[in-house]
Amino acid sequence: MSAITQSQFAANLKRYYSFYTGGFVAFVIVVGILEQLGVPSKILGYIFLFATIMLYAGIGFMSKTADVGEYYVAGRRVPALFNGMATGADWMSAASFIGMAGTLYLSGYDGLAFVLGWTGGYCLVAILLAPYLRKFGQFTIPDFLGARFGGHLPRFIGVIAAITCSFTYVIAQIYGVGIITSRFTGLEFQVGVFVGLAGILVCSFLGGMKAVTWTQVAQYIILIVAYMIPVVWLSVKHTGIPIPQISAYTSALPKITALETEFNDKATPKGAKEESVRAIFRERSAAATAKLAGLEKDGPAFLAAEKQKLTDKVAALKAEATPDAKAIEAAEKTVKDFPADAAAAKKAWTAEKGVGARAAPVKAHAEAFAVGGKTPEEIEKNRSKAKKNFLALIACLMIGTAALPHILMRYYTTPSVHEARVSVFWGLFFIFLLYFTAPALAILAKYEVYSNLVGSSFASLPAWVSNWSVVDKSLMNIADINKDGIVQLAEIVIGGDLIVLATPEIAGLPYVISGLVAAGGLAAALSTADGLLLTIANAMSHDLYYKMIDPNASTVRRLAVSKGLLLVVALCAAYVTSLKPGDILFLVGAAFSLAASGFFPALVCGVFWKRANYLGAVLGMSAGLGTCAYYMYTTYPFFGVNAPLWWDIAPISAGTFGIPAGFLGVIIGSLISAEPSKEIQELVDHVRYPNLEGDIDTKGI
Amino acid sequence: MQLTEKHKQYWNINLKISSVLLVLWFVVTFVMGWFARELNEINIIGPLGFYMSAQGSLIIYVAIIWYYAHYMNNLDKEYGVHEGELD
Repeated sequence: MSAITQSQFAANLKRYYSFYTGGFVAFVIVVGILEQLGVPSKILGYIFLFATIMLYAGIGFMSKTADVGEYYVAGRRVPALFNGMATGADWMSAASFIGMAGTLYLSGYDGLAFVLGWTGGYCLVAILLAPYLRKFGQFTIPDFLGARFGGHLPRFIGVIAAITCSFTYVIAQIYGVGIITSRFTGLEFQVGVFVGLAGILVCSFLGGMKAVTWTQVAQYIILIVAYMIPVVWLSVKHTGIPIPQISAYTSALPKITALETEFNDKATPKGAKEESVRAIFRERSAAATAKLAGLEKDGPAFLAAEKQKLTDKVAALKAEATPDAKAIEAAEKTVKDFPADAAAAKKAWTAEKGVGARAAPVKAHAEAFAVGGKTPEEIEKNRSKAKKNFLALIACLMIGTAALPHILMRYYTTPSVHEARVSVFWGLFFIFLLYFTAPALAILAKYEVYSNLVGSSFASLPAWVSNWSVVDKSLMNIADINKDGIVQLAEIVIGGDLIVLATPEIAGLPYVISGLVAAGGLAAALSTADGLLLTIANAMSHDLYYKMIDPNASTVRRLAVSKGLLLVVALCAAYVTSLKPGDILFLVGAAFSLAASGFFPALVCGVFWKRANYLGAVLGMSAGLGTCAYYMYTTYPFFGVNAPLWWDIAPISAGTFGIPAGFLGVIIGSLISAEPSKEIQELVDHVRYPNLEGDIDTKGI
Repeated sequence: MQLTEKHKQYWNINLKISSVLLVLWFVVTFVMGWFARELNEINIIGPLGFYMSAQGSLIIYVAIIWYYAHYMNNLDKEYGVHEGELD
């Protein structure tokens, strides 16, 4: 490609996407006008959902291609700035968009492991991998493993690792798509999954990486606009400063800290009220503990006696001189709701015992590794455990970032090594815009709850609170526990996802902005799912089919196989998702740990250590993956083995053991076998220098 | 393809700048994370440990990557291993 066409191409792109952004803003304004004209919000939700999916489909259709280079690596002409935006959308998933601020709201400092882990990893990408992979060229990450280490086995293990971690991750994304579509349109979760899936497929099916890239740029623009508007508004509302990243720390955080102290001090009026609620929770928990003990001792007899007590109470109430209808009704309800058998009773009472946790004092937002404990030694022990896990999680997330194939693949699409380096910068910059806003949003939302919601009367709750507590109890659960008619902090239970979803309403913005936020969340989930599905389909069609099974396949056949596989993988993923497996956060964490243990050691040694060879790669990758998978299998409760933890490291950070095992495998395997051939050593030199005289060519196109 | 002394020098400089930046990355991530409680005692724009993990370290990451791209681009030119101008 000549110099003029590439720079013209970049200039054209800038123009197109400026028009596009303008058009999108106009669209939001039109929907806003429709809302003012009285169009119901459910219709507005549908408009947002279908308009954005049609938009992505349109881009996908315009980018349709039959060229292998365009299908796999977007023709290697994506300018750094746009590759950065595509990386941003590829990277930021439903978990980042919807979940992150909520996690930070709920866990304060300790939640920052995700913020650090999901940004700092790009330093490793930039310095250790991106420029070298770009110089190598070709199409997939297993391609690099196959060429660098020789033989089919390293490529094959690479394919397995790429499929395992991408599939785990894509399930979490499709889950997010299902949740968003069902919440904003009222469709069933399972239907939402398949609607979202259609949105994913129309992008990638016709145009592969080319279509995915240009759709992701469009999706990035939507998601960042959708994230920023409500937060900026909220910041202005609370502090008068339109930059939430400053106002949260200078203005809101000190006030939160002061309120936290007040809530925990029984001598103050607010503290006393909190204490009255906490006392009720403690009593309830103690009563449930006593009942559980009784059940353990006497079994069904105890259950019958307990039920009798309640029935007697109803009778006693009815026998009173002036029967209180309300009290009788309440008492009858307790009889009706009484657990039917011992198992149900155990479950109900164990849950009731758990309310004791709500009696705990408020945790300071900025305090690092705040833990409980009865003695100073116990606190110290728990604290060191929390600190260790915090750092281990960061390490796994960061190294996983630098090993997830759908991200690394993006650096094959830039025109040059230099552009690849610059595009990592743009990528992290665009991710950073959202990630340094999330902690600020968490603080501003907390300020709203602590200063405005707490102390307000139950008779006149803010609209967003009453709306969301009707929509979904798991997001907003509020009840007047101590019957004083005033909201106390201990009476509120908030689900993490609420923070982002409700911000527009908290800030007093019209429903159109809520629709925009939903569209942003959908864009985040779809874009990540796109990149992941393409990675899986490419690993199978390019690495497994073309490189290993039928190297003589024609271009047409290769693309047909790839598209067919894309469809099959997408349907499998949607099917698995519709079964609602496990915990999203764990799925995401597992994907990172698996990628980090499987790929990172082999990739980095492949570039920086010439001596690394075939046996090293095979041993390293299988040891890494094996150790990581083994630790997760034995320690994660879902699998039911429940083996003791190693050094108290949580199963989500299984990579802590997998990564060193991987490096050890590469080193030992390489040293016990002969050094790699001259050609392979030349390949290493080739990737290390952006341009060498008399250089070999490893590019596929 | 034979590497000259100059090529080897280029690679050594690359390794050096990479290690320096990775040490910086390690310090702002893990050392500051380890001492987060101690850093929280210092109060600049909120408790320092919290501020660094929520915002400060992220800014440093972006800066590290920008600096690396900038530095290596110049180094490529200086050592004659840069690519043909594309735009």
